[in-house]
Amino acid sequence: MSTSLLLLLIVVIGFIAYFAGRARSLAQSGGKLSNLHSLPGYHGSYVAIWAMLPAALVLGTWLIAAPIYIDGSTRAALPDTVQSQGGAAVQLALGQVKSVAGGLLRLSGEELSALENGSANLRSTLASKGVALAGEGEPYMVTVAQHFNAMTVANRWLMTAAVLLVAIAGGIYAIRNVATRFRARNQVERVILGSLIVASSIAILTTVGIVASMLSEAGRFFTMVSPFEFFFGTVWDPRFAAAGSGGASGQFGLLPLLAGTLYIAFVAMLFAVPIGLFAAIYMAEYANPRLRSTAKPLLEVLAGIPTIVYGFFALVTVGPFLRDISAQLNGLATGNYQNFIQAQSVVTAGIVMGIMLIPFVSSLSDDIITQVPRALRDGSLGLGATRSETVKKVILPAALPGIVGALLLTASRAVGETMIVVLAAGVAARMQINPFEPMTTVTVKIVNQLTGDLEFTSPQTLVAFALGITLFVITLGLNIYALYIVRKYREQYE
Amino acid sequence: MNIMSEAAVEKALDQKMNTVPYKMIGKDVSVYYGEKRALFDVNLNIRENTVTALIGPSGCGKSTFLRTLNRMNDTIENCRVTGKITLDEDDIYDPTIDVVELRARVGMVFQKPNPFPKSIYDNVAYGPRIHGLARTKADFDEIVETSLQKAGLFNEVKDRLHEPGTGLSGGQQQRLCIARAVAVSPEVILMDEPCSALDPIATAKVEELIHELRTNFTIVIVTHSMQQAARVSQRTAMFHLGNLVEENDTDKMFTNPDDQRTQDYIMGRFG
Ligand SMILES: Nc1ncnc2c1ncn2[C@@H]1O[C@H](COP(=O)(O)OP(=O)(O)O)[C@@H](O)[C@H]1O
Ligand SMILES: [Mg+2]
Repeated sequence: MSTSLLLLLIVVIGFIAYFAGRARSLAQSGGKLSNLHSLPGYHGSYVAIWAMLPAALVLGTWLIAAPIYIDGSTRAALPDTVQSQGGAAVQLALGQVKSVAGGLLRLSGEELSALENGSANLRSTLASKGVALAGEGEPYMVTVAQHFNAMTVANRWLMTAAVLLVAIAGGIYAIRNVATRFRARNQVERVILGSLIVASSIAILTTVGIVASMLSEAGRFFTMVSPFEFFFGTVWDPRFAAAGSGGASGQFGLLPLLAGTLYIAFVAMLFAVPIGLFAAIYMAEYANPRLRSTAKPLLEVLAGIPTIVYGFFALVTVGPFLRDISAQLNGLATGNYQNFIQAQSVVTAGIVMGIMLIPFVSSLSDDIITQVPRALRDGSLGLGATRSETVKKVILPAALPGIVGALLLTASRAVGETMIVVLAAGVAARMQINPFEPMTTVTVKIVNQLTGDLEFTSPQTLVAFALGITLFVITLGLNIYALYIVRKYREQYE
Repeated sequence: MNIMSEAAVEKALDQKMNTVPYKMIGKDVSVYYGEKRALFDVNLNIRENTVTALIGPSGCGKSTFLRTLNRMNDTIENCRVTGKITLDEDDIYDPTIDVVELRARVGMVFQKPNPFPKSIYDNVAYGPRIHGLARTKADFDEIVETSLQKAGLFNEVKDRLHEPGTGLSGGQQQRLCIARAVAVSPEVILMDEPCSALDPIATAKVEELIHELRTNFTIVIVTHSMQQAARVSQRTAMFHLGNLVEENDTDKMFTNPDDQRTQDYIMGRFG
């Protein structure tokens, strides 16, 4: 029986168990629901959980454990001549045996016996059935493959039997527990709590795993390149990762990338913060509900556009536009029609990234501004202040910590952005201050170092992890600080 | 400014209330929230240097009427006011009137104390600053001090003027809000259940303060406490279901009201 069919069967048993549990509790209630401690649905769920959960656990464990056991046993069945050749040869033979085993299943009885008595060639017979064998194939493989097949079949039957048995046993155990005073509701609650805990631990553990793997890879990088060179180096020139040669031949200075990252993020914020904040003030304080209900979602559509699309926009529209207009301006001023803004430049990336960030700034700030209690607004208006005086003197100061938190969150997004930068500011790692020239960022270089044929042994690729962990620390720091500020601000009105 | 001398007030009080001139006149005032009508042709006049109490069961339109007097209803979406209200002969709903200036003349104190998250000093100086009532630091200091004194708060806070106003107790916060309203020298002060969030001792202080403020200001107070209306006001207006039921001298209102509904309400038979 296939695994998916088995799963389906477990679910069916679960359904039956649910209705059985329900029916039993109903019967015991004697027609009066108030006799029951828990509603019949809870009894049903309790029985269904007992029927499905242990069975699913058995199935899961079996699926993991069985292949390991079968492999071990097959390995042991290999002839001593192969076993004595050591790990790689055994592994190879095992692979071949498995393909032979797959092929054997497609053979008719005669072909099989022909193989067994040696009158047919293993490789050509299997090839005729569409199974390509890597080597010539040894006679012993047929026997071992048959052993393998037998075990697989037995395993399937055993697994099916065990799982179904556990499912039914669980269901019966649970249904015998169903009684009027039985606290099925509390039991179900515990299972729900357990599954919630499992879900959140998965989320947390993956994060921990990711960080740990980044750290260990970054650690390997720092054994090849000194942290001092990395963190304080001013030249980024990793050279090529020559396959196999592990020598640290390039220069891995973080500073040009960090400077580019912060510079572009700064220009983006310069662009996004005033526009986003003013939009938020308008939406929260001035716009009537009708306008607000249409304009706000429209503004938030901007947040849903994939950043690569903003990248195109930079590449084909904003970049050339800035280049041409700078040529015109230069021509008008000096008579020399030479553009002073490159098509790919810090400003191009900054402006386009700024456009991308506007909805983040505006929607986060809008939430914070509308949280300022109405009483403060009324107090100010009641003293004869105008709306803009109220905004400037009461609402913004009250909302300021929250807005700062929102801006920090936005900044951490700007720091992590990649696609816009690749297309709008280029990939040249340069250390300079002219905003009209190309620069590049940490994320772009991570992508750069990880494209192409990879071998995670050279500093050229491992540097990506060092860059990644640096970026991670920066954005994490920004986020934690932002959350701290936002939380502090929340308490203010409670 | 409409500051009468103490003697004049006493004299005015000694005369029959009816002879005190009107500060604000409301004629056929109706208010609609969208389709819903909340006030029905209310004719209510507010006498100068008098405390007028608005009473009635909750939801009867007391706050709504109060807010028409300084056009705070303008800040409510879908709210529409008809009829005519004048302040010293000026129609306050005239399109040429400056709402901001009107609210400087008719100040407001709210139900829940709502000091700004600023220092005590800045709370009081807020109005004078936006209206340009003072130039030098010394002028501001003086306004702040006298306003706090009028609100009976100065002695309690004089050593911590630069600490946040939100750090005061509820009663002190409400008196700070009164000081804040007083600081712009309004002619009328509107108070919407100013003591409903306060304990009895703080309430007594605010009531005493209202009594004193009457010398310099015209006061309209919404209250759900009959005793409070009796203690602080000279005139009382009773609302019911959006209608003005009766308006009378407070003494008469609580001893011998003209309208059966007033009697019922005061005796606690409804509301
Ligand atoms: N902002 C508003 N929007 C819609 N209806 C309102 C609003 N404010 C008050 N109302 C309605 O107007 C009526 C009078 O309310 P209000 O003046 O607050 O009564 P009171 O202050 O006497 O308790 C009530 O029925 C109330 O539901
Ligand atoms: Mg009210």
